[in-house]
Amino acid sequence: MSDPIIKIQNMNKWFGDFQVLKNINLEVEANKKIVVCGPSGSGKSTLIRCINRLEEHQEGDIIVDGNELSEKTKDIEKIRAEVGMVFQQFNLFPHLSILDNCTLAPIWVKKMPKKEAQELALDQLKKVQIDDQANKFPGQLSGGQQQRCAIARALCMQPKIMLFDEPTSALDPEMIKEVLDAMVSLAKGGMTMIVVTHEMGFAKEVADEVIFMDEGMIIEKADTKEFFANPKSDRTKLFLSQIL
Amino acid sequence: MQALNFLKPNRDNIKNYSIVGSALILISLIDVISNAFLKTNLTSFLPGSLTTLFPLILGLIGLNMMRIDYSGNKTLDLINKNINTNNFNALLTLLILFSIIKALPPSLSWMILDANISGDSKDACTGTGACWTYIKVWFRRFMYGMYPNEFHWRINTAFILVIALGFVGYFMKENLKKYLALYYVIIYPIIAYLVIYYLISGGSFGLQWVETGAWGGLSLTFIVSFFCLIFCFPLGMIFALGRRSNLPVIKYISICYIEFWRGVPLITVLFMSSVMFPMFLPEDFFMDKLVRVIIAITLFEAAYCAEVIRGGLQSLPRGQYDAAKSLGMGYWKMHIFVILPQALKLVIPGIANTFLALVKDTPLIFVVGLAELAGMLALAKTNPKWLGFAMEGYIFASIIFWIICYAMSKYSYNLEAKYKTER
Repeated sequence: MSDPIIKIQNMNKWFGDFQVLKNINLEVEANKKIVVCGPSGSGKSTLIRCINRLEEHQEGDIIVDGNELSEKTKDIEKIRAEVGMVFQQFNLFPHLSILDNCTLAPIWVKKMPKKEAQELALDQLKKVQIDDQANKFPGQLSGGQQQRCAIARALCMQPKIMLFDEPTSALDPEMIKEVLDAMVSLAKGGMTMIVVTHEMGFAKEVADEVIFMDEGMIIEKADTKEFFANPKSDRTKLFLSQIL
Repeated sequence: MQALNFLKPNRDNIKNYSIVGSALILISLIDVISNAFLKTNLTSFLPGSLTTLFPLILGLIGLNMMRIDYSGNKTLDLINKNINTNNFNALLTLLILFSIIKALPPSLSWMILDANISGDSKDACTGTGACWTYIKVWFRRFMYGMYPNEFHWRINTAFILVIALGFVGYFMKENLKKYLALYYVIIYPIIAYLVIYYLISGGSFGLQWVETGAWGGLSLTFIVSFFCLIFCFPLGMIFALGRRSNLPVIKYISICYIEFWRGVPLITVLFMSSVMFPMFLPEDFFMDKLVRVIIAITLFEAAYCAEVIRGGLQSLPRGQYDAAKSLGMGYWKMHIFVILPQALKLVIPGIANTFLALVKDTPLIFVVGLAELAGMLALAKTNPKWLGFAMEGYIFASIIFWIICYAMSKYSYNLEAKYKTER
């Protein structure tokens, strides 16, 4: 068994007085695909936002690719550059074209030559099938196209880990499929992925493990088949009965 | 009111009704115009106050006959929607229209028909109208202050040079574009300062030294506004970012700075800069009064700029920060490439507002003895040879300021349109 690329130990997090994450323990090995599900307000998003330190945790350890995340962490930017993230609201930069959205970080963070960055970006855009939209602005694209662009943008940094924070929740049903297709092909390519989603079909298709969270705790963590076939806790059974 | 119902149009007869209505309005307008311009009363046959109210009543009936919810005629619908929604609105419309027509002849005759512009002394002004001779004679003073007449070319040349240098950004080569901000924030002000110092102040290259005390008029307005504008914007940006910083020291310094400068009146700041400030300086240290005033106004306006820019920063969704951070951008990269370009675009109207206020605040420097355009007017109107022409002077100054400010606001609209992208 190889060393886990993400290791979370006894992690606790509060927003003011409210404890959002309670005693989280999680290990993710490289190339594994994890799906996190649970009702809203259960802390799923907060958990993955802690992994690239968009949120700070107060107790416990988070180790990403051998680097511990804490206030003392220098070069948090370097760790973030290794961890791509896709958001529910896409968060493309509206003042830049699709191509510039994708090349901005490689050029200025990774110091990649402009030409190389553009080639890489077009390559990634082609993989998500929007290379023909490269010179448009985000506002001119549909939600599904924007989200695929956001995936391409994250991939242009050539990250080791990809985090997805409910990537399809803000999309029309028709567009969900195109985004999920892009994610499936990414998963087949061997990327380490942590996906917060309600798309159980996607979970069944690609996930190695499924985590069920409620009220800030990891209630259940199991292999995908096991998780859907015979969930152990009653809370999970209830959730699954409602969602499936 | 029921009896008047036949005056209400419906969709079938709106065409005829609107023709009759417009004819009635036209008659009322002719009456008012002839009254104002030709001083004849077409309706003198009517008794008493009815003759005064006649055009108003006629116009009201006319507008009433045209009022319909929807006619399909674009012009008619536009009129009905904007100036003719009900009887009260129609009344206001007519009153405003008539007042403008009534006010036109006297102001026209004062400004143009009865005005004088020939001659070069007060005696030339014999008419009952404005005395533009005064403006003509004092024109150079209003433009250049007490600056010696024979050296006015130095001011003109300096301005042309500074403006030309300002356009350099447009012609920069593509690969130099990334230094554009650097050029405008640092290099350009320094060059502009040197140009103005060596050309207008003089003292070297065989140019005679002219004290800043002699500078004045519109050229001084430009110099003060120019330097204050280009310095207060970057400074305001720094304090806006500072106020949102996570580092307590920087944050509270910024808050103190902003709240201090926003809390004091500009006029006291100017007094301080010219009277108090030199007392704190070492004796052999000299700083020109004009420089001190420019610094004072810059610091003052930077606080306002900071708050305007902060408004823009705050209106960006948090997701933009998240996205930039998740791509591995640090604080400066995130702000330079993602946050500021969007925030500054949003605050163009607010910044234009601040800048316009700044330009119009420059006359305040008169209190420390620097006479820019409005200051020169105040000096000129007390000249014993030219007493009694304050009105002409202030109208002249208002027109000049209006042109400058209107040009600036037009430019800001252009910028807004240029940087508009769909969100």
